[in-house]
Amino acid sequence: MGKSLDSLDAFQLEALREIGNIGVGNAVTSLAEMLSKKVDMEVPRAGVLPLQEVMALVGDEEDEFACIQQIIEGEAPSLMIFLLEKESALYLVDMMMFKDKGSTQELGEMEESLLKEVGNILSGSILSAFSQMTGITFSMSVPAYAYDMLGAVISTAIVEGGYYADKVLVVETCFSEASEEIRGYFFILPQVDVLEKMLASLGINL
Amino acid sequence: MTIQEPEVEIREYKVGIAQWDVAVSPHKLITLGLGSCVGIALYDPFAKIGGLGHIMLPDSTQFTRNDNKGKFPDTAIPLILEKMVREGARERAVRAKIAGGAQMFSTADKKYMGSIGSRNVEKTIEVLEGMGIKITAKEVGGKNGRTMIFNTLDGSVLLRVLGKEVKML
Repeated sequence: MGKSLDSLDAFQLEALREIGNIGVGNAVTSLAEMLSKKVDMEVPRAGVLPLQEVMALVGDEEDEFACIQQIIEGEAPSLMIFLLEKESALYLVDMMMFKDKGSTQELGEMEESLLKEVGNILSGSILSAFSQMTGITFSMSVPAYAYDMLGAVISTAIVEGGYYADKVLVVETCFSEASEEIRGYFFILPQVDVLEKMLASLGINL
Repeated sequence: MTIQEPEVEIREYKVGIAQWDVAVSPHKLITLGLGSCVGIALYDPFAKIGGLGHIMLPDSTQFTRNDNKGKFPDTAIPLILEKMVREGARERAVRAKIAGGAQMFSTADKKYMGSIGSRNVEKTIEVLEGMGIKITAKEVGGKNGRTMIFNTLDGSVLLRVLGKEVKML
């Protein structure tokens, strides 16, 4: 405890990227099964970043995004944020509902529950991969949802998730459905002591 | 013969999260995508000097790591005001317009607090009132994100919200 995020070295960040890779890999497999489509993911990026730069990983402050936030409680307090660009969110709803592309024009209450459920399944897959890897039990809050400007949803998701520092540790990855029509982003923000536990379980000391 | 003032190119200064800045007429100060954060526009209408802050958390005294003064209303507002006065504003002329402090997320989770926005607003108002700065307009709470475009030429604040007409404060 009490370690500073700024002291993370390249090796620890690499380990974190690998953990992220395995977790998100599992989520992408679930998504591919849900959609019966091929889903690709990029190699995750990990770093300690100011909030402003966290946003810049995804887009501009006023871009429209659906955001699903889940708080991980218990043994390993962390935060998960799942972001979908507007068009991607609409198309994902179409696919889930077996509708033609372009059928969904707005994100109402029904679409909101559907996206929350997708977020829930994906975070669940990430965490079950983490559990298998580290032996840590993760418990997850029910998802919170917002659809708004990127700057507003990310900053609020982080602050309301209990992260108050100027910089946060993020593991970020982007996935896309093979035809590049759905793009989404995962952010995982572990607390420092959780990070320590996760790395320790892999035999790496922070 | 008329004497024309030289044309000044209007600049837009962007204020990021937990940051602040000061500008003089005719330049603009902009902050994008306020969620639970609060934007605080201070203005001296005589000197035409404005300051804009984008605070993130309600109270610096609740945190041990509070060296970033732009993050909290109780530390940001005095700093902005001080810089404005150095630039030629008169403290007694300064008034404020505030926006933001939304509750963005909806969830079925009863434990989810989501009250940071309203606490940011309350504390901002408390600090401004404590310093004797009059709040001439506010657009706070609700569930929408907001962008503020503050024009130091006339002190107007243009508010942009997704899917709605722009609004002038």
